[in-house]
Amino acid sequence: MSLLNSIIVLDIIAGVLAVVLVLANRTLVQYDDVTLDVNDGEEEFTVEGGSTLLEGLIENEVYIPSACGGQGSCGYCTVNVKEGGGPVLPTEEPMLSREQLMEGTRLACQVKVRNDIEVEIEDKYLRIQKYRAEVIKTVDVTPSIVEITFDLKEPETIDFKAGQYVQMQVPTDSGTIDRAYSIASEESMTDKLTLNVQLVEGGVGSTYIHSLEVGDEVEFTGPYGDFVIQDSDKDIIGLAAGVGLAPFRSIVFSLFSEEYTTDREVWLFFGARYKDDMYYKEKFERLEEEHDNFHYVPVRSVPDPDWEGEVGHNTDIVGDYLGEESEKEVYLCGPPPMMQQAIDIFTEEFDVLEEDILFDDFY
Amino acid sequence: MKLLSILIAAIFAHNIALRYFLGWCPLVSQSKKLSSAWGMGVAVTLVMTVTSVLNWPIYHYLLVPFGLEYLQYIAFIIVIASSVQVLEMAIERFFPSLYTTMGVFLPLITVNCAILGVSLFMILRDYTFLTGLVYALGSGIGWTVAIISLASIREKLRFAKVPKPLQGPGITMLIAGIMAFAFLGFSGMVGIE
Repeated sequence: MSLLNSIIVLDIIAGVLAVVLVLANRTLVQYDDVTLDVNDGEEEFTVEGGSTLLEGLIENEVYIPSACGGQGSCGYCTVNVKEGGGPVLPTEEPMLSREQLMEGTRLACQVKVRNDIEVEIEDKYLRIQKYRAEVIKTVDVTPSIVEITFDLKEPETIDFKAGQYVQMQVPTDSGTIDRAYSIASEESMTDKLTLNVQLVEGGVGSTYIHSLEVGDEVEFTGPYGDFVIQDSDKDIIGLAAGVGLAPFRSIVFSLFSEEYTTDREVWLFFGARYKDDMYYKEKFERLEEEHDNFHYVPVRSVPDPDWEGEVGHNTDIVGDYLGEESEKEVYLCGPPPMMQQAIDIFTEEFDVLEEDILFDDFY
Repeated sequence: MKLLSILIAAIFAHNIALRYFLGWCPLVSQSKKLSSAWGMGVAVTLVMTVTSVLNWPIYHYLLVPFGLEYLQYIAFIIVIASSVQVLEMAIERFFPSLYTTMGVFLPLITVNCAILGVSLFMILRDYTFLTGLVYALGSGIGWTVAIISLASIREKLRFAKVPKPLQGPGITMLIAGIMAFAFLGFSGMVGIE
């Protein structure tokens, strides 16, 4: 009897509390639809209240960059919120500079849309599109890096600058997430797209891409990024390591394509650890033979006895090749320690201005 | 008069944090900044008061008549858990900045022993409904006083040279311990039965 009583009493308490929770959920968590205004009425969307600004924009096919997938850790999804964004959250503060805070810049993934909101988005982001594509080729270029080529289905062409990246939409159990990968194919090839993707243990995006087979369909958005060749006549110095070679494959082969050949001096220092990690070596060596102003320097940090090239890290040997006279523009893509070391060397030993050093930092 | 002395006692002489050492996890972790300490203090006071108001009738009108006093722990815990849920939704809606500041510690109020402790003390000491309410409110204010004072001291700690091994929680525990000594001085002021 006492057992039955206790069950009934506990059920009554739990039942009443459950009703209270459901009511609270109805009244407190759900919002009405709100209006999202982009660039002073240029575009106007109706979005569900309570979602984040980033979700609201993506839902309406405005693809602003977000390499971390809305976790607030990459700081790419900056948007100027003119009205209705609420107070700046502690999760945004570390990602925004003082000037940005003054201007009303916010992280779209952290701002919750609760009422009508007005935002300003740069034109280049409004041009970003969503693409559907089919895998037509996969090649394992190293034991851990796959070269994967897609044929664009819809839209059929992509207009991008060498060095930019796309965000693959990776299906997971809890919806799709975005992962950023640099484009490795050249600018002139607009109907196909090649990526180099390194398998990261436990990485959701790279595991997905490595599992793709010819004929599979994928979706991605792009192009994003400012890691592109600047308009000047300075020497182009590229330092890459590991899978960081991907944007340089696009950059170099776009600078020396059939339609266009640059007359700037172009250097590419590529660092790899083992023999198997040294991919695209023949491709670059052939290009070096064809063009006097392209110089390719492969470097091995763990050489075998038959390796005849440079030994060490690419940052150790740039000084042996480069003179101090000519003006330089430096492009970096590799592990953070390599990039930091390269920045130190070029600013201190070669007097390169910091604004002339560009890096792709989601390696 | 009796209510007033219970209130004063709950805030000072029988401070739930510094006399009974309850609710120390958020006390140590949320006292880095005065603003978040305020938020946490207000949230704890609110949950404490609301849950004891709910727990008193549940105990006296539901558990006692059926002789189910032994269910008080489970009953109190689920009341606390759902009150925190409702409070969390309300804070997210009306104070989003406070919501992100408190982060994981808001749902953690659920397992803040000070909340359960107040409800249990209320039953143990056989308080009437009104006394229980005043006691819970006083304890909440007392806990807030403790975390605010601790946060104020910790903000000034920037100017002090704290030995490396003691930085962070270590020095905080020491400060809170000294504060507990200081609060012991209130014990002659009022008693609690």
